Amino acid sequence: MEYKDYYKILGVDKKATQDEIKRAYRKLARKYHPDVSKEADAEARFKEVGEAYEVLKDPEKREAYDHLGANWQAGQDFRPPPDWGNAGGFDFGGGGFTSDDATAYSDFFESLFGQRARHASGGRAGFQMRGSDQHARIAIDLEDAYKSTTRAVTLGMREIGAEGRAHMKQRTLNVRIPKGVKEGQQIRLAGQGNPGMGGGEAGDLYLEITFNPHPLYRIEGKDVYLTLPVTPWEATLGATVKVPTPDGPVDLRIPENSKSGRKLRLKGRGIPAKTPGDLYVVLEIALPPANDEKAKQVYRDMQKNLPFNPRSHMGV
Amino acid sequence: MANKLMRTLSGTLADEMGDLSLGEICRLCGVHAEYIIELVEEGALTPRGRNIREWRFAPAELGRARRALRLQHDLNVNLAGASLALDLLDEIQRLRRRLRRFDPWC
Repeated sequence: MEYKDYYKILGVDKKATQDEIKRAYRKLARKYHPDVSKEADAEARFKEVGEAYEVLKDPEKREAYDHLGANWQAGQDFRPPPDWGNAGGFDFGGGGFTSDDATAYSDFFESLFGQRARHASGGRAGFQMRGSDQHARIAIDLEDAYKSTTRAVTLGMREIGAEGRAHMKQRTLNVRIPKGVKEGQQIRLAGQGNPGMGGGEAGDLYLEITFNPHPLYRIEGKDVYLTLPVTPWEATLGATVKVPTPDGPVDLRIPENSKSGRKLRLKGRGIPAKTPGDLYVVLEIALPPANDEKAKQVYRDMQKNLPFNPRSHMGV
Repeated sequence: MANKLMRTLSGTLADEMGDLSLGEICRLCGVHAEYIIELVEEGALTPRGRNIREWRFAPAELGRARRALRLQHDLNVNLAGASLALDLLDEIQRLRRRLRRFDPWC
């Protein structure tokens, strides 16, 4: 198992006072709280920070941890010294865990402080508790919302082994993403959350849907927006052009005398639902480059033949 | 390869659940009714219905209640602080969505 540098995790000096440790923890907890932070690894960071604080806030645990020696490096392969827990008279029985979800701590923590605390709190015969719900975010592509699809989701799950010890385990689930999901919607998977204790039922797993940024489309609720470049002659004379949609290309008629920014609605081509969303195509007039003499001549002809002042409404 | 052999799980869309009564939201959050009542009094949750017995919570309120609970528990803030955080987080989300119109990668 890996050695964890709890001081580094909290960003404090080894000589930090208890107050400094508390301040550092509070600040990082706010920063990485999974409900607050939008960083992808927020939950893991939050747990790591909580674990570091759990050890360093308690002078006894901190002393024991310091006692391991200063030569360990974060990530280094670690085994607790054979005399751990005997020497120095440390006793972590009772009050060892203050967090409700202490079983989510790392193997490193468990090997140092886990067992003894469990012995002390064990013996509650017949104690049953429903497992906690687990929350995770799942990023899908817009195209996935147009059809029912299956996604593999990998989660850190705590698992209770035969000897009653909990540890974190990677778990991969295949989850069906129903057609017509929207940003922020939650898929509830009953009984797929954290395991219960003493035979209690497992919690539920909630997967919150987010969309990956899309190079073409912008999503608002169940409506989808597409900016479509058109030529000046398509916009002016009218034309039928091929337009991509998440469902595949369609033909769109551009009405004549369309201006840049004109919004055309493709009814029902947004995210599918009982009342499906719409797809809005926003026109953007693209000017052909004039890199050669022939093209420049066309612009000069326009200048001569088209009396046009786009700034007339500005009074200039 | 292993994924191919795995069973595919189908869930339910949480906000397609019907509205929740006070009892149901308490059970799903694992808290006493007093806590939910306090959240309503704080204005963090807005059920429909004139009195407690008629209260019906939209499914999105369940997420709000759970977030308030986690914020209070994890960050050591009180009810008013958690409610304020919820409002600010909602506001940030709204702004982020608007910002995404101009910069889809933000």
